[in-house]
Amino acid sequence: MSRAGDLDEADDAVRVRMVVNGRKTACDVAPRDTLVDCLRNQLELTGTHAGCEMGACGACLVQLDGRAVHACLMFAVQADGARIDTIEGLAESGVIADLQAEFHRRNALQCGFCTPGMLMTAHDLLSHDARPDRETIRDALSGNFCRCTGYEAIVDAIAAVAEARTTKASQPAEGSSS
Amino acid sequence: MKARAFSYFRARTIDEALDAAARSGDEARFIAGGQSLVPALALRLQAPRLLIDINHIDDLSGVTREGEWLRIGALTRHCQMLTEPLIAQFAPLLRAAAPYVAHPAIRNRGTLGGSVALADPASEFPAVVLALGAEMEIAGPAGRRRVGADEFFVDLFETALAPGELLVAVHVPLFRANQRIAFDELARRRGDYALVGCGMIATVEQDLIADIRVALFSVGNVPTRARSVEAALAGACLDADRIAAAQAALDGDLAPDDSDDVPAAMRLHLARVLLGRLLGSLLGRLGETA
Ligand SMILES: Cc1cc2nc3c(=O)[nH]c(=O)nc-3n(C[C@H](O)[C@H](O)[C@H](O)COP(=O)(O)OP(=O)(O)OC[C@H]3O[C@@H](n4cnc5c(N)ncnc54)[C@H](O)[C@@H]3O)c2cc1C
Ligand code: FES
Ligand code: FES
Repeated sequence: MSRAGDLDEADDAVRVRMVVNGRKTACDVAPRDTLVDCLRNQLELTGTHAGCEMGACGACLVQLDGRAVHACLMFAVQADGARIDTIEGLAESGVIADLQAEFHRRNALQCGFCTPGMLMTAHDLLSHDARPDRETIRDALSGNFCRCTGYEAIVDAIAAVAEARTTKASQPAEGSSS
Repeated sequence: MKARAFSYFRARTIDEALDAAARSGDEARFIAGGQSLVPALALRLQAPRLLIDINHIDDLSGVTREGEWLRIGALTRHCQMLTEPLIAQFAPLLRAAAPYVAHPAIRNRGTLGGSVALADPASEFPAVVLALGAEMEIAGPAGRRRVGADEFFVDLFETALAPGELLVAVHVPLFRANQRIAFDELARRRGDYALVGCGMIATVEQDLIADIRVALFSVGNVPTRARSVEAALAGACLDADRIAAAQAALDGDLAPDDSDDVPAAMRLHLARVLLGRLLGSLLGRLGETA
């Protein structure tokens, strides 16, 4: 990592080590490379989308140490030592399988550009608030733009998953009564 | 667009950050949450040659009670305003304002110190800090100093922070049982910067307003205290007439400019409406025991 004062080597590659989707990863980036560019171009994790690249659209959301953040508003060097989970990681692990199924069932996507960000926001919301009302869901989605679907089906899908998860949690676990 | 090339330095201590800044003079910027700085770099509104990352400096984190003050570390994230019990108990006006700041993912990363140091006149927290009469703890080459909010916000995006100085913490006087707060803003869309916003804290004695501090944002170059409004309310019994008088007094406190989408007269009107609503809500809560 460069030391303060090495101004003439500004664009030289810096080695960054992170745990991406549970795997230890190292790559070389210029300090000005954003995390979203690093994920897409170097690690070929193209599920994280680059839209506005200024924090307005929510297409680039990833999890940084377990919290949703914009990958366009962070430089990759800043993630050195951090745990990053992208939409690929959440999908593989199965933690958002019910959200994915419900989005599919309710046509909560058309072109799909916004969908990874929508799922990231939904996952972040439901991990902190198991029973959000529709107003809370809409509020949580205020930083996610969708240019095709309209938001109604997306809110429906998230509300349905919240409902299904709480119903499941309140039922006794299988076999526990015998 | 992409940022111009820069070097990156991750500071571990306040002294390391100050040293790095001192060596690079005007060419360096501190990066906290990056939620305002990174877009500015991407648009090349700014093009520093060195970024000093302050996110890993332990001394900038944490919320602690110190005597009659709550010390809130500069790195406290916006989302912590909603979850930190000490803030709920001792600085509820910050908590009340937090849901209005940007969107959830930006609140996960943006910091109180970054918001206050940037001093965007449309931002919620600088106005709240002003209403609370908070003090900013600043570290620089010459040591530490504390600057009161009334002196801290100097002009458009300009504060008492000199180049190379670091905002270390915001100190807020502890909230007391006989105090009441109110906060609201008018925006076109949830999460957008406000057309006008206002935060206030009143000290109540025997159903009278003994003292009140009212600060507005999105009304000029800096967050602005409504001193004529405060004078119209101090020592008074709050009722409909008094609220109307306070609304009228607001004309003496604000002189907004015409902007492309909001004429000055409209902004002043919105500010009066908002002030009326907030004082109305305060009126309903004067007799409550906290
Ligand atoms: C889409 C979008 C919507 C937003 N909406 C709102 C909104 O409604 N209301 C609102 O208030 N904000 C809004 N923001 C801005 C957000 O709140 C920022 O987090 C905040 O303004 C800056 O905090 P930061 O920690 O990200 O600072 P950074 O972006 O890291 O830094 C901002 C500036 O402050 C300086 N700085 C940072 N920390 C310190 C320190 N400790 N000492 C000295 N200087 C320091 C930096 O050098 C830089 O010049 C929005 C941002 C985006 C992208
Ligand atoms: S690409 Fe990051 S918010 Fe639009
Ligand atoms: S489905 Fe196309 S942007 Fe949302």
